[in-house]
Amino acid sequence: MILKGTAHKYGKNVDTDVIIPGRYCNLIDPVELGKHALEDLDAGFVRKAKPGDLIVADTNFGCGSSREVAAVALKGAGVAGVVAKSFARIFYRNCINTGLPIFECPEGVDGINDGDTITVDADNGVIRNESTGKQFKATQFPQFMQDLIAGGGLLKYVEKRLQEKAAQTA
Amino acid sequence: MARPMTLTEKILAAHSGRAEVSPGDIISIDLDLVMANELSAAVAITEFRKIKGATKVWDHSKIALVPSHFTPNKDIATATLSKMMRDFATEQGIEHYFEVGRGGIEHVVLPENGMVGPGETIIGGDSHTTTYGGVGAFATGVGSTDIAAAFATGEMWLRVPPTVKIVYEGALRPYASAKDLILATIGRLGVDGAIYGALEFTGPVVKELPISGRFTMANMSIEAGAKNGIFPVDAMTEAYCAAVGKKNYTVYHSDRDAEYERTVVIDCSAIEPQVAIPWLPENTKNASDLNDIEVHQAVIGTCTNGRIEDMRQAAEVLKGRKIHPQVRAIVIPGSQKVYMQCIKEGLTEIFIEAGCVVSTPTCGPCVGGHMGVLADGERCISTTNRNFRGRMGHVKSEVYLAGPYVAAASAVAGHITGPEQLGKPVAA
Repeated sequence: MILKGTAHKYGKNVDTDVIIPGRYCNLIDPVELGKHALEDLDAGFVRKAKPGDLIVADTNFGCGSSREVAAVALKGAGVAGVVAKSFARIFYRNCINTGLPIFECPEGVDGINDGDTITVDADNGVIRNESTGKQFKATQFPQFMQDLIAGGGLLKYVEKRLQEKAAQTA
Repeated sequence: MARPMTLTEKILAAHSGRAEVSPGDIISIDLDLVMANELSAAVAITEFRKIKGATKVWDHSKIALVPSHFTPNKDIATATLSKMMRDFATEQGIEHYFEVGRGGIEHVVLPENGMVGPGETIIGGDSHTTTYGGVGAFATGVGSTDIAAAFATGEMWLRVPPTVKIVYEGALRPYASAKDLILATIGRLGVDGAIYGALEFTGPVVKELPISGRFTMANMSIEAGAKNGIFPVDAMTEAYCAAVGKKNYTVYHSDRDAEYERTVVIDCSAIEPQVAIPWLPENTKNASDLNDIEVHQAVIGTCTNGRIEDMRQAAEVLKGRKIHPQVRAIVIPGSQKVYMQCIKEGLTEIFIEAGCVVSTPTCGPCVGGHMGVLADGERCISTTNRNFRGRMGHVKSEVYLAGPYVAAASAVAGHITGPEQLGKPVAA
């Protein structure tokens, strides 16, 4: 899968409260949530972001709340993926579980400016800044997580576990 | 002979059927308790319904569902989420469903009902699930899909965290509380200082710390990016378990030669009452250095500081004093039990005499939900756990984090201050 879009760059510690403020946490619908994505950090984000654009951020992206709607809101706003120097752990899990592609790549973050066009080969983690021609490699997911993603996500994995358990007791 | 392990590693090894685990291992653990509130449960239930082969939850006695965030329901949307959870609890025969009026905030309610104990593995659809490390449990927050998976299997995959050991030496200063210790710790580590790691809180000062204070500190482990925060189990833990009727738990201790990612020593004798200024919990300062900062609201309560000991600290300051005319003080006991205890001890009367609102248990204002949302330009001194931009309301409102002593004293003074700086009470 190749992701291509404009990079919207932010700083350190982008927290889940600015990704989707608590006042919208009574929403479930991704499109409705998406209308408020990053509202308290960058009120213009939803207007300027085009479907397929990517977020590029410094360390500890997604810190704070366990609200899964943070990842869902970004997807709902059309965000194709997030490249950051590091991710907060609950947000990291939530992205894997909701299918929002994330890439840990400190050098890439330093080598991408706000507004640059970037492409990401999601399968091998190669990030290319089309505006500068520079290329970067994201940290590989551990094998278990690669298998989880390739197998269709957590719920598919659970279905398999349930079958295994049923077979054990049968 | 297994490798020497930390407390967190021992619990994870025991729950994954392994003799030993090492940081970085990806393992699947059996869970002793899975918790969700109405926000995380609504999404979790939706995901659970998608799992082929899962019609019943794995164990209806090991799931706790607690309406807490926007309850009593603030609007139709939140009422709908609460109803989804209530209907699911009935359908699945969930034993531990805490209806409004019989529960409160999950992280106050579960411990006081003897539902969390040493050596257990607990996950919750709330980032402050780390609280239960206060009694030596491995406890961590996750999102709703992980909760859905756990509903179905009673298992969770995770990466074994490296442990960071924090040693609290010296002695607590007057009016310095557990909240001040954890704020000072986050100030030292930074909001991602323990990212993916386990925090183990040790040393002579925390040995003397009551369990309520240990919950306060474990609660905010997540604000340093940690997966879990944990306290060694001691006589105080065992006495707490006996008092709340917690039985059948296993006590583990870190091995003497266990490997820590690093050790941080904190001298508590140097820690004055702390305040974390916007927009991150790591921005800690001495309360006494912030006297020129006016406040418009004070919130005392929540999963961080909503226990009876916290209420007593606030009442100690507010007794015989009046809330500043320009301040709204909102006191929120964390559970119905704490609420009742406040009444029995006369604390509620002290709060109301002082001019406070005393609210039913709810997470409400902490998450900008209801019961104390801030307007443009308003500033709140709060015993909550996050001061992110817009956390408690308008994007241009501000939250300053502190312990109950400082929050109460600031509500009286109308600006940030510690209790020692207040004058004599009007009717001491």
